[in-house]
Amino acid sequence: MGDVTQKIELGTSVAAVPEAPRSPPMATIGPIAWLRANLFSSWLSTAVTLLLLYLVIRWAVGLVDWGIINAVWSVPNNQTQACRELKGTGACWAVITEKHRFILFGTYPYEEQWRPLISILIFIGLFIVSAMRRFWRKELALIWIAALSAIGILMWGGVFGMPYVPQERWGGLVITLILATFGLAFAFPLSILVALGRRSQLPAIKVLCVLYVELIRGVPLISLLFMASVMFPLFLPEGMNIDKLLRAQIAIILFAGAYLAEVVRGGLQALPKGQYEAADALGLSYWQKTGLIVLPQALRLVIPPLVNTFIGFFKDTSLVLIIGIFDLLTAGKTAIIEPAWQGFGVEVYLTVGAIYFVFCFAMSKYSQSLEAELNRHRRR
Amino acid sequence: MSETMEQVASAARTDAPPAILLDKVNKWFGALHVLRDVSLSVAPGERVVVCGPSGSGKSTMIRCINRLETHQEGRIVVDGIELTDDVKALDAIRREVGMVFQSFNLFPHLTVLENCTLAPIWVRRMPKAEAEELAMQYLERVRIPEQAKKYPGQLSGGQQQRVAIARALCMKPKIMLFDEPTSALDPEMIKEVLDTMIALAETGMTMICVTHEMGFARTVADRVVFMDRGEIVEVGTPTDIFENPQTDRLKLFLSQILRGH
Repeated sequence: MGDVTQKIELGTSVAAVPEAPRSPPMATIGPIAWLRANLFSSWLSTAVTLLLLYLVIRWAVGLVDWGIINAVWSVPNNQTQACRELKGTGACWAVITEKHRFILFGTYPYEEQWRPLISILIFIGLFIVSAMRRFWRKELALIWIAALSAIGILMWGGVFGMPYVPQERWGGLVITLILATFGLAFAFPLSILVALGRRSQLPAIKVLCVLYVELIRGVPLISLLFMASVMFPLFLPEGMNIDKLLRAQIAIILFAGAYLAEVVRGGLQALPKGQYEAADALGLSYWQKTGLIVLPQALRLVIPPLVNTFIGFFKDTSLVLIIGIFDLLTAGKTAIIEPAWQGFGVEVYLTVGAIYFVFCFAMSKYSQSLEAELNRHRRR
Repeated sequence: MSETMEQVASAARTDAPPAILLDKVNKWFGALHVLRDVSLSVAPGERVVVCGPSGSGKSTMIRCINRLETHQEGRIVVDGIELTDDVKALDAIRREVGMVFQSFNLFPHLTVLENCTLAPIWVRRMPKAEAEELAMQYLERVRIPEQAKKYPGQLSGGQQQRVAIARALCMKPKIMLFDEPTSALDPEMIKEVLDTMIALAETGMTMICVTHEMGFARTVADRVVFMDRGEIVEVGTPTDIFENPQTDRLKLFLSQILRGH
């Protein structure tokens, strides 16, 4: 504080009273100036702007015509005649009205579909709670265990008067959420350990981590899923059978873990050496240094690529279709196999795409706000 | 080293066991011989300033004292404990030796107060309230208690370095090491950091300070060590070293320093 007053006094004694700051000329700020500078700066630019504007408006009008004005919202008893008569001039949203339960819940028994519905709601609630910083404490782990157990009980049933539903009948959005949530919840901690291990001084740990990352990263996820589904059971003793979904889940965890590990390692390498030295000089142990100094900074640095990988894996879970698991995308595809509904793929894929988009966009938006908040210390 | 210099090196306060003892320490970076038979004994409460041209091994020497660098030959004994690969011994030494770096190395994701309480809470197992009270005491001593809730990035370089000094002091170390603490600072901020260090010296802290600040050396140093090319070339009182240099290397160094200022 003392310095500041001193500086001000110095300033006044040397120079005269400084000029009052002038505002910039009106022509260079405001929306009109912006338009003129960016869209209408020359006759060419004006022409391109007008042409693009025309195309965008035509496209938007067409979309509204197709998606809302000419659309058929429901048809009686699978009679898709009304839809077929449109000949593509309008959307047949009736396919969604009719098949939305199949897309969301797959072949799960019809009367029991409230169970996956509640599971989906629990997942969404879990994401929201985990996203709020005020819940970031040890109890959050308990909430996760409770929520995931509840989802397991709901989906399998066999207790509390709920009939047992084998895993083969699960499907739709809930499978996508299960694979993505469990996948990232286990892959993320695994990736941190692997990233730390890859920088370890101990040769055995280092070699193990490098081998893991390079081997898993070197093969496509599809081949890993095939291994989990076809080859892995061959090595098991007769009669022993691990759930197919679990095998796919493990394959996804291992795959995501390898990719995330490299992202985390990037963050570890970006940290200046001085941070490690300062922690060492204060006498912090390896795990204190890692947990209190290194990881909090390294992970903040890699939020954008981390979320990038998260979003990628959320969508990659759709690859489980090749080993016969009904995730959201596969369920959508299967819904239009029925002859009556064939040919309405656009509507189904748009809907499925919209569901993926909602989850991925939420992740993206959340990561932006998290980044801004956690990097507060870098602002001046 | 000549005999007279070895005498000087161990002359001060021989009654107590040395706080720091370096005995024929050698270190190589690859094939580069960066410390050559470095021997130095520092008594408790003694203030030693180390100077020398860049690349002379002075930073490496003090970084060996808390084993941020490992030495390959010779012995280093700190506070009665010899530095070896033994992790327990190393932890014990690091608790008693504070260090201040040229580039501050504050933890940017923690507030000033959290920077200061981190090690007392986690290493000394001090209750949080007590650690915060202690931290505020030291922040007052370095005259920035009002910045406690800010992040290091919001502070000026001089303020950051004073926080770094407070952070090291919060561990109540017996020995403080300063590795060119003012070299990264703007000229107008050097004084505030040096004043803090002079105040610290007056409390009787054992200090080894790598610096080119000759005024500081004259004010506080009991002895000045001049290093060049990995060797200790001359050791003596500030007056001896600055007024009456014996070797050509020191004369050359002093002339370059004076020209620079």
